[in-house]
Amino acid sequence: MNSFLNTNAELIITLVKIVLLLFIVLTVNAYLTWFERKVVAHIQSRWGPHRVGPHGLLQPLADGLKFLFKEDPTPAGVDKFVYYLAPLLALALALTSIALIPFGPDPIRLFGHDIYLGITPPDLNIGILGLFAVTALGVYGVALAGWSSNSKYPLLGGLRSSAQMISYELALTMSVVGVLLLAGSFNLKKIIEAQAHHPEWGLFGWNVWPQILGFFCFFIAAVAETNRAPFDLPEAESELVAGFHTEYSSFKFAMFFIAEYTSMITVSCLCSILFFGGWLSPFPATWTFTHYLPPAILIPFGLWVVWDGIRYETLFGRIILPGVGTILTALGALFVLLPSVNEFIQAPFWLLSKIFVFLFVYVWVRGTLPRFRYDQLMAFGWKLLLPLSIVNVILTSFAILAKMQWWGAR
Amino acid sequence: MVPTNYYVILSAILFGLGVFAFIFKRNIITIFMSIELMLNAVNLAFVAFSQALGKLDGQVFVLFVIVVAAAEAAVGLGIIILIARNRQTLNVERVDLLKL
Amino acid sequence: MTAQLAVFFVLAALAVIGAVSLILQKHPIHSALSLIVVMIALAGLYLLLGAEFVAAVQIIVYGGAIMVLFVFVIMLLNAGVEEHTSISKMAGAPGLLLVVALAGFVAATIARSTEGIQATSQTGELASTLGISNMLFKDFVYPFELTSFLILVAVLGATVLAQREKS
Repeated sequence: MNSFLNTNAELIITLVKIVLLLFIVLTVNAYLTWFERKVVAHIQSRWGPHRVGPHGLLQPLADGLKFLFKEDPTPAGVDKFVYYLAPLLALALALTSIALIPFGPDPIRLFGHDIYLGITPPDLNIGILGLFAVTALGVYGVALAGWSSNSKYPLLGGLRSSAQMISYELALTMSVVGVLLLAGSFNLKKIIEAQAHHPEWGLFGWNVWPQILGFFCFFIAAVAETNRAPFDLPEAESELVAGFHTEYSSFKFAMFFIAEYTSMITVSCLCSILFFGGWLSPFPATWTFTHYLPPAILIPFGLWVVWDGIRYETLFGRIILPGVGTILTALGALFVLLPSVNEFIQAPFWLLSKIFVFLFVYVWVRGTLPRFRYDQLMAFGWKLLLPLSIVNVILTSFAILAKMQWWGAR
Repeated sequence: MVPTNYYVILSAILFGLGVFAFIFKRNIITIFMSIELMLNAVNLAFVAFSQALGKLDGQVFVLFVIVVAAAEAAVGLGIIILIARNRQTLNVERVDLLKL
Repeated sequence: MTAQLAVFFVLAALAVIGAVSLILQKHPIHSALSLIVVMIALAGLYLLLGAEFVAAVQIIVYGGAIMVLFVFVIMLLNAGVEEHTSISKMAGAPGLLLVVALAGFVAATIARSTEGIQATSQTGELASTLGISNMLFKDFVYPFELTSFLILVAVLGATVLAQREKS
């Protein structure tokens, strides 16, 4: 038994990581829907879900139960194979893209085996190209869903949506070329390390400062690629019934939903890794006291949750919220007491906080901006974003060449 | 290490299947797809030999083949759309106005 | 059987099943989906051969752009189930024999003559992307510029062909 575990150690570790990541991603998706509803509601001066469980925290659970028990009719005349394949494809591709993202540079050393944070090791030589490959295949989920539904509105919505995704995919890929020129590799770990060339600069060494044009092109193209507001005309309720997922209900619709939120998470990860330094701290590396920032955030937050929970209106809230609060406080105290654990969680903590900030920006943009009309959308993608990203590549290449000529090799 | 023969034999099988699809199918779009299948089979042979000889020329040529296939697909599908518009059919046997 | 050989056989079987399914399916959209399966299997084989850049380009360009074009055209033209006339049924049997003869002849020639070629080293040593880009911009720069011209011509041609009649 021991030798079987030892010889197949890599395989077993990878399988366990896959199952764990699947659970984590699905839970984060569920609570992302809660987060979005709460934030959009507060932007619109109302409360959002606040009845189901304390602060509406059990709302995703109620939604999940609803999806499980809802009737699931298959419309007449659909192409059965493609109809069932489309949501499966969308979900599988979205979840695969999460597998390609490294969440931390250092492995955990357990029983003599190195366990990296993230399913693929951070040293994947075609890191970002693999992510683009998975994104490129994501068009099929939408196009096939629209076509197989045997109905006008889904077909139109599917065609529009897939045309939009293909157009913005070009701008997306071109806007990353500037970052690749600066880093000299597709490897995500090397891209982050290239932003740490001057560790005493802290956040001024990040790629967003030399590549500000590239960052804006990337973020806008990514929002359009994931079919999110303000680019969500093909799936808006008031425009084309519900676009390409009109004829899908209950669990198949939930699959499209999860795929959309998962691709939101992937894009936030990419934005933080490519432009905002990934797992690097924004403070200069010489300020080692900032290593106590994670517990310094966790402990007060945990104490606030306990204080808020004690005065909550329902009995259930008065039990759950202080419990959650004490767990958070204990975690923060653990980090203070064990410095080696504190060092280890620095990298994932900064990456996760940046991802959280980008998810907030996504939801903020949704609550604030009105929708694009379809011809405005296509004109914006082809006539503005694509030329801008090409200009970014040209400017970056000239800048690197000038630096090489006048200031010596980089 | 998988012997190079295996890859080239697989490439030959895929090429043969592409030729058969080209002869047997009647829908213009499917015939066009069989051409893409044949191009892919040839790409596989190129990459296999590139690995066997240790040089990267094969892979560069594969990039050129992919680019040419993309250009050909764009123009070919434009022609197919025109045929469908003018003859209202996608069956290649009905496009026979030039036959005696 | 080593792990590499097992993975090769799985991917090769997937590719052949996809190609056979391309022939046997009646609706063009199912043939298109089978061709996408073939292309992904081939990308896996390229990864096995150490050609990582070519594998990624195969999925992005072939699987993510060219096949999407095919799927769009099939959807727009409302291609239905294809019918088989008597001529194609007649061409089926001799066609199959000739194709088996062709593939068998090529395979036998290869199997007999390339026993001497052994894979020398994994080309992944010199990073595939760096090596390819060096060759593309130094040795093959002339064909590279010509392909850009070719793409321009193709874009113009497709635009002209797909225009509506001005009547």
